[in-house]
Amino acid sequence: MAAIQSDDISFYVHIPYCVKRCGYCDFNTYTPSELREGGTLETVSFDYIDAVLRELEIAHLEAPGAVPTIFFGGGTPSLLPARDLGRVISAIEERWDLSPACEITLEANPDTVDAQKLKELREVGFNRISFGMQSAVPHVLKILDRTHNPESIARVVQEARDAGFESVSLDLIYGTPGESLEDWKTSVESALSLGVDHLSAYALIVETGTKLAAQIKRGDLSMPNDDLMADMYLLVDEMCEASGLSWYELSNWAKSGHESRHNVAYWKNANWWGLGPGAHSHLNGIRWWNVKHPNAYKNALINSQSPVQERETLTPQQVSDEKAMLSIRMNYGILLSDLTVEQISRVEGYRESGHLDKSRWSEGSLQLTPQGRLIADRIVRELVV
Amino acid sequence: MPAISIAKAPQPASTDPAQIRNFAIIAHIDHGKSTLADRMLGITEVVDPRNMREQYLDRMDIERERGITIKSQAVRLPWRSGIDGKEYILNMIDTPGHVDFTYEVSRSLAASEGAILLVDCAQGIEAQTLANLYLAMENNLKIIPVLNKIDLPAAQPEKFAAELAKLIGCEPSDCLLVSGKTGAGVPELLDQIIAQIPPPQGDPNAPARALIFDSVYDVYRGVVTYVRVVDGHLTARDQIQMFSTGVRHEMLEVGVISPEPLPSKGLGVGEVGYLITGVKDVRQSRVGDTVTNYNNPTKTPLAGYKDPKPMVFSGLYPLDGADYPLLREALDKLQLNDAALVYEPESSAALGFGFRCGFLGLLHMEIVRERLERESKLSLISTAPNVVYKVKLDDGKDVIVTNPSEFPTGKIMSVEEPIVRSTILAPSEFIGAIMELCQQRRGVLLGMDYLSEDRVEIRYTLPLAEIVFDFFDKLKSSTRGYASLDYEAIGDAEGDLVKVDILLQGEAVDAFSAIVHRDKAYAYGLMMTAKLHALIPRQQFEVPIQAAIGSRIIARENIRAIRKDVLAKCYGGDISRKRKLLEKQKEGKKRMKMVGRVEVPQEAFVAALATDADIDKAKAARK
Repeated sequence: MAAIQSDDISFYVHIPYCVKRCGYCDFNTYTPSELREGGTLETVSFDYIDAVLRELEIAHLEAPGAVPTIFFGGGTPSLLPARDLGRVISAIEERWDLSPACEITLEANPDTVDAQKLKELREVGFNRISFGMQSAVPHVLKILDRTHNPESIARVVQEARDAGFESVSLDLIYGTPGESLEDWKTSVESALSLGVDHLSAYALIVETGTKLAAQIKRGDLSMPNDDLMADMYLLVDEMCEASGLSWYELSNWAKSGHESRHNVAYWKNANWWGLGPGAHSHLNGIRWWNVKHPNAYKNALINSQSPVQERETLTPQQVSDEKAMLSIRMNYGILLSDLTVEQISRVEGYRESGHLDKSRWSEGSLQLTPQGRLIADRIVRELVV
Repeated sequence: MPAISIAKAPQPASTDPAQIRNFAIIAHIDHGKSTLADRMLGITEVVDPRNMREQYLDRMDIERERGITIKSQAVRLPWRSGIDGKEYILNMIDTPGHVDFTYEVSRSLAASEGAILLVDCAQGIEAQTLANLYLAMENNLKIIPVLNKIDLPAAQPEKFAAELAKLIGCEPSDCLLVSGKTGAGVPELLDQIIAQIPPPQGDPNAPARALIFDSVYDVYRGVVTYVRVVDGHLTARDQIQMFSTGVRHEMLEVGVISPEPLPSKGLGVGEVGYLITGVKDVRQSRVGDTVTNYNNPTKTPLAGYKDPKPMVFSGLYPLDGADYPLLREALDKLQLNDAALVYEPESSAALGFGFRCGFLGLLHMEIVRERLERESKLSLISTAPNVVYKVKLDDGKDVIVTNPSEFPTGKIMSVEEPIVRSTILAPSEFIGAIMELCQQRRGVLLGMDYLSEDRVEIRYTLPLAEIVFDFFDKLKSSTRGYASLDYEAIGDAEGDLVKVDILLQGEAVDAFSAIVHRDKAYAYGLMMTAKLHALIPRQQFEVPIQAAIGSRIIARENIRAIRKDVLAKCYGGDISRKRKLLEKQKEGKKRMKMVGRVEVPQEAFVAALATDADIDKAKAARK
């Protein structure tokens, strides 16, 4: 199975800034003062966008074609002025064929937007917005170091609708130390009551090196319990389905037609270009990623050097492992006809134990049941041995 | 100067037996035998002071590190007596001190006319030394009692001289006082060896007869055979013959150890030295055999030794199944040097292919395992040690069981297990603790004697199976390290023994089966099920862990099915990282052992089979 050959190229734009770092976060992000003594957001932002535009010049030489999706993630992209973000969208529009249906997503922190800003964001081209809600329960938000007021979510969702965003999504986190199943139910209910088009729900991962990991190590907080997290996952899945949001990827549910096309591109191993420090790219079976620190990234581009840190060319085995690893997380699953007899015999037991959907199996595909999704990594290991 | 240079000393093959003294040293580990030997090498000047190093005669790394001697050594020491001023040749035969190597001791004793009983005068005699002393007395050896470490502040020479005198039947004043460390008393000891130990007797004109007391494989030279000539003589370029096999060998080299090999013209009556014939396998040059001259062979062999019989068995498996051929090679190589090691291939459903190995005892087992791991760079899993059981079936058939998984399932009339007579020496304050331990281990008290006011000798019969696991560790820890243990097999006795199986998801795991006394089956079952519950990760389905005697379940634990094994997030930047993790897990999965449908990490096997002492050792090694 060769990598997908296509002229389409999606863009990911990394905005590596946050006002402060949240306790659970290990992303490649910085506060402005960490980057430049006395630095303010305005001063770092403009320079930074200049560097991104330089990288776009390189991208244009290597990956011309149509652009189906653009995604601004971070960090906190909504921290930057809309006009700075708009410079990137305009630059892409100038050089690439941007269909009117192009999905342009912004990740936003509810604290950083108001009706006016949302209007400006819509004007520079964004049509999809994803708010980091995480929880509706104050004691959970506190552990996560999130500063927003739970009530503000309803406000920003309404303001985004009013500004004309076509698709509104919320992110939730479950399994925070101290969060009960009841707390989680409150958060999911609260998110679904807003009638959003899309919901992502992630199990909290305690990453080494984070403040949260240190708190757990010291014994101030206790590690989230796997069995409770499994119950939380089953609950959110059930509640989403009941509200008309269908499961389509392990941690994602959407109303029909509102699936994140950008993320689906990742999961189908399509081509995308990641702009910005630490951003990953994939082009026809080659993956690479940029240097991690924003200053190193800027310096490379200012000096007309490549910001790439490392590249890997995938072997056919790696391409096929990745395909299994990604497809199994999707609602379409894996075609049994793509599997060997030996692979099938290794996973058949999971059908009997209720981890694989029996009726889909009889129709010729391997699709995970909600219980199966919870052990997806284990089932993939059986497939790739 | 009482030392004589080697060049001027009486030469091998032309030394009058009247000038020769052959002696062994009987001592416990730590009582300073190697240091005393070092001192003798120094004082007699056979080793240049510049080349001197500690434990000169211990050649293996393990010997030096653990401070024990595994193989015998024989060194030729020229010495001018301080009493009569004449020249003599002393052959010192160094012997191992551990109970497992008693057979090595008995060989050394058979090659000597006398023995030094070396005792640390801060500790007193130990059980194993006592056993070896009795062995020497049975062989009519002249015993010279020597108290060592008189330089120590804690030395109690009067007390222990009285103890030795009582054991040997001499006067306390007959005990010599030495310090291997400072050298005090060592020249006097050499003089007393000459004065007290009789010279060897033999007929120089009779057909050659030499006793093989050790046989060592050397990578460069092939087998080096250590002999003591009794009658006649062996000359370089002779054709020699092994009495038991009748096989003829060319003698490529003959010589003495001084303490490096020193080729000579030959060996005469009473002399101790080595032969090299080019054979590659120690079994062709068997310990206890008689070497004679091919052209003029003797008709009567010397009394040999009993072949040592393996007492303890354990399965050895390579951690990585691909290392199986390496393990076979390593065992073959080790056996070249260790005729007491026996092994045959076996396979375990849980552990794959390996070998069932027979050992003389626990230390022997530990040393073999350590040498395999160290010298052949192997990582091994060893199953819990067990003894040999004789099972009588209802139909009258007898079955010998060296592996619990072979324990018959049919109707059993009786099971016999090996019994040992054990001797424990310890300060009297620990009598209670020792008796309690022995009772727990199904011991029967035979008797108790006071060696001195505050030291006792306690004798018990014990099933060997009860001491092969962790008895010695327990004995040491309950007596603050003061007790010493010796044992000898005295036969078999019937016991109420059952096989306890450990089942994972209803399937017995052969590596965990054990034969135990019925009263202890429940405790074993509880211990193993709890251990495995903690060690085996959760699986796709619930896994019951059961302990059973036949079809009767005696203990049970449940490993609940895993519910969550997934990373929730997988965006563009996560894909490479996640694939790399998957590739790593692929490798990890290969190291999993499948027991039926249950994946068991190898570490779980290792940990479940380990004793508390193993675990402490592993922890210490990690530090």
